[in-house]
Amino acid sequence: MVTYTLKRLGAALLTLLIIMTITFFLMNAIPGSPFLTEKSTPQQIALANAKYGLDKPLIVQLKNYVVNYLKGDLGTSLKMQEGTPVRDIIFHQDKFIISIKLGLLSLAVAVILGIPLGCIAAYNRGSWLDGFLRVMTTVGVAIPGFVLATMLLWIFAVKLGWLPTISGQLPDFKSYIMPVISMSFYYVCYVAKLTRTSMLDAINQDYIRTARAKGVKTKMIILKHALRNSLIPVITYLGPVTAGIITGSFVVESTFSIPGLGKYYVQCVMSRDYPVIMATTVVLSALVIFMNLVVDIAYKIVDPRITLTNKED
Amino acid sequence: MEETRKNLLEVRDLKVSFFTPAGEVKAVDGVSYTLGYNEVMGIVGESGSGKSVEAYAVIGLLQNPGKVIGGSITFEGEDLLSYDEEQMRNMRGKNISMIFQNPMTCLNPVYTIGNQLMEALTCHDDKISKEAAKERAIRMLELVGINNAEKRVEQYPHELSGGMRQRAMIAMALIGEPKLLIADEPTTALDVTIQAQILDLMKDLQRKENTSIIFITHNLGVVAEICDKVSVMYAGKIVEQGDVGDIFYDPQHPYTKALLASMPRLDEEEHERLIPIEGTPIDLLDPPQGCNFGPRCKDCRKICLTKKPPYADLGNGHISACWLHFMDGAVKKEEA
Repeated sequence: MVTYTLKRLGAALLTLLIIMTITFFLMNAIPGSPFLTEKSTPQQIALANAKYGLDKPLIVQLKNYVVNYLKGDLGTSLKMQEGTPVRDIIFHQDKFIISIKLGLLSLAVAVILGIPLGCIAAYNRGSWLDGFLRVMTTVGVAIPGFVLATMLLWIFAVKLGWLPTISGQLPDFKSYIMPVISMSFYYVCYVAKLTRTSMLDAINQDYIRTARAKGVKTKMIILKHALRNSLIPVITYLGPVTAGIITGSFVVESTFSIPGLGKYYVQCVMSRDYPVIMATTVVLSALVIFMNLVVDIAYKIVDPRITLTNKED
Repeated sequence: MEETRKNLLEVRDLKVSFFTPAGEVKAVDGVSYTLGYNEVMGIVGESGSGKSVEAYAVIGLLQNPGKVIGGSITFEGEDLLSYDEEQMRNMRGKNISMIFQNPMTCLNPVYTIGNQLMEALTCHDDKISKEAAKERAIRMLELVGINNAEKRVEQYPHELSGGMRQRAMIAMALIGEPKLLIADEPTTALDVTIQAQILDLMKDLQRKENTSIIFITHNLGVVAEICDKVSVMYAGKIVEQGDVGDIFYDPQHPYTKALLASMPRLDEEEHERLIPIEGTPIDLLDPPQGCNFGPRCKDCRKICLTKKPPYADLGNGHISACWLHFMDGAVKKEEA
């Protein structure tokens, strides 16, 4: 397990290096410059380029990125907040924190509601409750987040006035409600659908009949015997999605004017703030890679038949 | 001694139907038998004869759309059909246990053997301590001939072989000291050597633990090995019932005879051919008016196609449902 984890970490570093390289060349492939404004003269641009090392050959620039990243230096912002260290922008200006908070909350809602709803639907298969949940989840996965967000805003903020229109820095509980619903509803529905399907599959297995023959209570059969076996597809789905949710949805952050990382990321790309683009990409990629590792280890915990080994072993 | 004379299980005129979109399938149609304490009964029949469904009805594990629509099941004088789900759940595992055909899929892959054995105890007894349950699980595994039981309780089903898993299943079924064990084709999925070992084990345990067994199989060899008496089922009905010796050496029903003739025997001439039973089982959605076996029977008479045969009492608990028994003695002699 330890060797496995170490190997995976090594692979993760390599993956990050490749991601950095690709991001770097993509970034430079977009025309434009962070210093290009209506008033700037060619001399000013050249001066600024020289100051930040953008006049050097691309390969040297890439090398500098990698070396600095290994030292833990993510560079400074060129445009968005000129001169501010990127590390501070990402980690100390609440952007990352806000996105993480919102994401984790949405993820928690997706798991806490989605899995039980799926179980309830499977357990009551064919009943009106199952039918209702089926319609709800189908609608849920079909509605885009921005439509739901706009609808919620219109109904609860504009018409009823119960909730604030601008969530901003998410100061209180009320300001969380709509963004979290908009972000998690799709996932709640998808997780519920997935759980229902795999739960039904599990319920028809022979070991469920064995458990019944032993005299195990129905509740325990569902919660102990069927649920754990039906969690594997759900985990597979949740892993990559977790990273996506946590890093924040640009749409939802924009709709509710939340200054999160997702929103900021897009703005950086627009203004060619290279170091911020690079750092954000690396941080998000690291998160995705980390979540994949967590998923693999979670598999092992849920299903003892899975052994964690690399192919070469 | 008083106890042994009473019956453990009495099934009277049991009827189980499956209500499918295509119509009612009478899977079990008027089955009756009694099972004494410490007795082993085999239920033999081909696939679809209703032998498993009948057993599922006894343990209360019938799945939709199957329903008991008539008859009675009496266990130690208690009417099981009047029990609600919670009462039935309490019976299962404690008084009546069941083991199944495929040990590879019957154990939950994500829990240890020990966990699953212990559960069979803890789900009936809240007070039993974890240590006591584990101790009992280890003892049970040793009893069914699993070496290294302390280690095995910590292992998962996929770490055990097929024969070992079936042993673990048997241990799990017997851990609650049930009075009745229903074994639904417990050896069918195993290879022949392991089959023999499991049969020996079951015979041994039956004697040690004083458990009655209903042994469901299509394998007559297995029946001869382990059973005291046999019920032969065909298309939802018991066609012949009697002591194992009577059924094997003095079969009376044409179906039983045909079944025995289709079975390979060691004492037969080397090149003797097996005799198959011609035709296919009847469509239970549309059963014939007369004897269910009539259309396939070599000795089918006119009456066999128009009226269901009653049971003929052949003495010593040996019964057979065939019109031939009610015709003149000459016919019967000729057949025998």
